[in-house]
Formats: sequence, C-alpha cells, structure tokens
Amino acid sequence: MGATQIIFWILSIVAVFSAIMVITRKNPVYSVLYLIITFFAISGHYVLMNAQFLAIVNIIVYAGAILVLFLFVLMLMNLNKESEPKKNKFMLWASAFAGGLLLYVLLAAVHTAHIENVKGIHVGNIGLVSELGKALFTTYVVPFEITSILFLSAMVGAVVIGKKD
Amino acid sequence: MPINYYIFLAIILFCIGVTGVLTRRNAIIIFMCIELMLNSVNLLLVAFSKMHHARALAAGAANTTAGIEAQLFVFFIMVVAAAEVAVGLAIIVMMYRNTHSVDINFLNRLKN
Repeated sequence: MGATQIIFWILSIVAVFSAIMVITRKNPVYSVLYLIITFFAISGHYVLMNAQFLAIVNIIVYAGAILVLFLFVLMLMNLNKESEPKKNKFMLWASAFAGGLLLYVLLAAVHTAHIENVKGIHVGNIGLVSELGKALFTTYVVPFEITSILFLSAMVGAVVIGKKD
Repeated sequence: MPINYYIFLAIILFCIGVTGVLTRRNAIIIFMCIELMLNSVNLLLVAFSKMHHARALAAGAANTTAGIEAQLFVFFIMVVAAAEVAVGLAIIVMMYRNTHSVDINFLNRLKN
C-alpha cells in the first residue's frame, strides 16, 4: 500500500465520519465545526488529485466564507441544544431508512456497472493555477464576468431581504 | 487510486447529505446538508476530470488540457453556492424574525 492510498483512506474516513457527525449532533454549532472538518478532508482529496487551485478555493470559499456565515447566523439567533426542534421517533427512523435505502441502491448500481479502470488519475497538471487561469480568462471569460453580475445581484437581494421592512 | 473509490466516497457523502435533509428539522442544518451534497458532487466532478485527463495523456496527446472544463465547472459551482448561501441565510434570518424559530414545520401555511 503506497503513501497515496494511505492518505486516501485516512481522508475518506475523516470525511465520512465528520459528515455523519454533522447530521447527528444536536447542537448546531458542533454541526458547523464538523462540516468544516469535512470540507478540509475534501480539500485534501483535491490536493491528492493534483487540483491545487480547487483545494485552495474550497478552503477559502467554503471554510473561510460560507461556514463563517453559517456560524454568524447561528450565534446571531443564539441557537443551541435546547432550541433544537424535536421530531418524533417514527419519522426519524423512516427518513434514516429512506436515506440508507438510497445509499444501498446507488452503491449496488455502481458496483454492478462496468467502469473502466484508468491508471494514473493523479498525474497531469490541469489542476494548477496557471493552467486553470489561462482557460478561465480566455475561453471562459464571459461566464466568469457573468458570475460577477450574479454576485452583485445576490448581494443586493440579500440586503433587500434582510432589511427591516 | 481507481476511480471506483472516488465514486463510492461521493455516493456515501451525498447519501449522508440526503439523510440529513430528511431527518433534521432545523432549517440551517438542512442548508448545511445541501452544501455537503454539493461538495460530494464537486469531488466526483474533479475525479472524473482527472480520469478524462489521464485517458487523453495515455492516448499520446502530450500538451493536452482535456478535462479542464470540469474543474472550471466546479469553480463556477462554488461561486454559485456562495451566492446561494448569502440569499438563503438572509431568507432564514427573516423567517426567524417572523416566527422566532428555525423549525421548518412552521412553514406549512401555504398547505391549505
């Protein structure tokens, strides 16, 4: 077992474990903190696949901006274990069963499918900043500019919605 | 690592997200589970992009950029997710201001 495989398994176990903790913790603040661990593990997977640009963007955008926003809102509302809405046991088990069934069906479908085993998934340098930047600012410059307009409208929309009357 | 392992990992993370959406009633946790699902899909897209690139390299193209589109796609998904979170959290804050709760079962007023 090479170093890549050992790192892959460690990152996968960390990601899945903390994802399970996200949905099982009663206190929402703990859920956010475990979600940050999950995103860091996914960033580790990106580094392992030699996609450094996306790893950095994932940490900056998700762990740095989005989850801070989540934490901010949680602390603003002062939510904790006591204010967590209660759900009846039957609904809880039924929905957990439904999710498990989806997992089983998807895993079985992929398991029986024939997927070509491509060697060397970690080679190549398309994930580096220089390559992606070249493609982003030549071929995909129009969508890139459109996203800036999307951000502007999202910002205005958030202010309009959050404003008091 | 073979591509199968990445597919299995992405499926497991996605299903954990789906289960979270179904089991929890806190609107913010449901929103976080949606982010988890988005991230699992991003992981799968990056894995497939690298697989596509490895196949192009194996076919003999030396300076190929095959598969770079998927990584740009992931970048745009992250951008759109950031915009979505800003608007969504504003909606949740407004809902909390009106009902003093983040329980999604208060949001069934349109039912009848």
